[in-house]
Amino acid sequence: MTSSNEEEPSSQTAPRAIVAGHGTLPQGLVNAVDCISGRGSDFLVLSNWGLAGSDIEEKIRNAAAEYGIKVFFTDLPGGSATVAVRRMMRSDPAITLVTGANLSTLLEFVFQPEENPAEAARYAAERGRGTLVASGEGAEKPAPSKDGR
Amino acid sequence: MSVALYRIDDRLIHGQVVVGWGQPLNIGFVVLVDDNVACCDWEQDLYRMGVPPEMEIIFADVPTAVRDHDRYVKDSRRGIVVTPDTSTMRRLVAGVGSIPEVNVGGIHHRIGRTQRVRYVFLAPDEEHELTALAEMGVKVTAQDVPNARQVPLAEMLTSKPSEERTA
Repeated sequence: MTSSNEEEPSSQTAPRAIVAGHGTLPQGLVNAVDCISGRGSDFLVLSNWGLAGSDIEEKIRNAAAEYGIKVFFTDLPGGSATVAVRRMMRSDPAITLVTGANLSTLLEFVFQPEENPAEAARYAAERGRGTLVASGEGAEKPAPSKDGR
Repeated sequence: MSVALYRIDDRLIHGQVVVGWGQPLNIGFVVLVDDNVACCDWEQDLYRMGVPPEMEIIFADVPTAVRDHDRYVKDSRRGIVVTPDTSTMRRLVAGVGSIPEVNVGGIHHRIGRTQRVRYVFLAPDEEHELTALAEMGVKVTAQDVPNARQVPLAEMLTSKPSEERTA
């Protein structure tokens, strides 16, 4: 587990959520949040690199318990970090999980009121989804099907 | 042959399987051979949530997978068969008898294991299991993602890891 504090964010606030996923993406996303908003310390960061599934869950669970965190952002819906958080949700219905998180999602989250992090996460997910747009002349054609037609 | 990959991976169904291999191989189904998951509806739901709708997940314990293997092979779609460990794969190969190649995709750090490649750590009994697979005529290689180099078993069992990538 690495904290965004290692990146010396502009402000120091108690972390409100965990960003977990593949490779250096979580750290990169949170670093970008800090560059833009100075709110990188709202997040703890965890990469699944080099860890078995049970170890990922243990690391996320321990970090969440230490800070009382109930909100989690992950990258792939089928990724091992997502699977780990879903396991935690089985015993803790207060957890909110946002998969497919992008930079816009995280930025929306940090500017939402802190009183209700689950509501903030849901709002951020909606806003982040809205920023995913394909533009350009070719993008106006219907998306190809799985078999390429 | 409809089964494009037989993989040992302790993360089971995750990003490398669903996206890394699933996309380029145009995978239509994944068979998760795991005695613990096969008997637990909740565990199965967990893995179903992470795959795209066009990809089917089939859950099986080893005897069921052995029984149904011919059906997997004759499926019109391409598939991946995943086991969580070397022991399960060895039992599957012994039961089926016609699996030509096994991919070691991820066995991570545990006490008692030695790192062999970046994403493969093996205990002595696991090395014996893989060697037994090779002695059964199976080509055993380590390879985490499709564009990575296949590491042959003999090299895997003697190699010292190097940090190649942080994915």
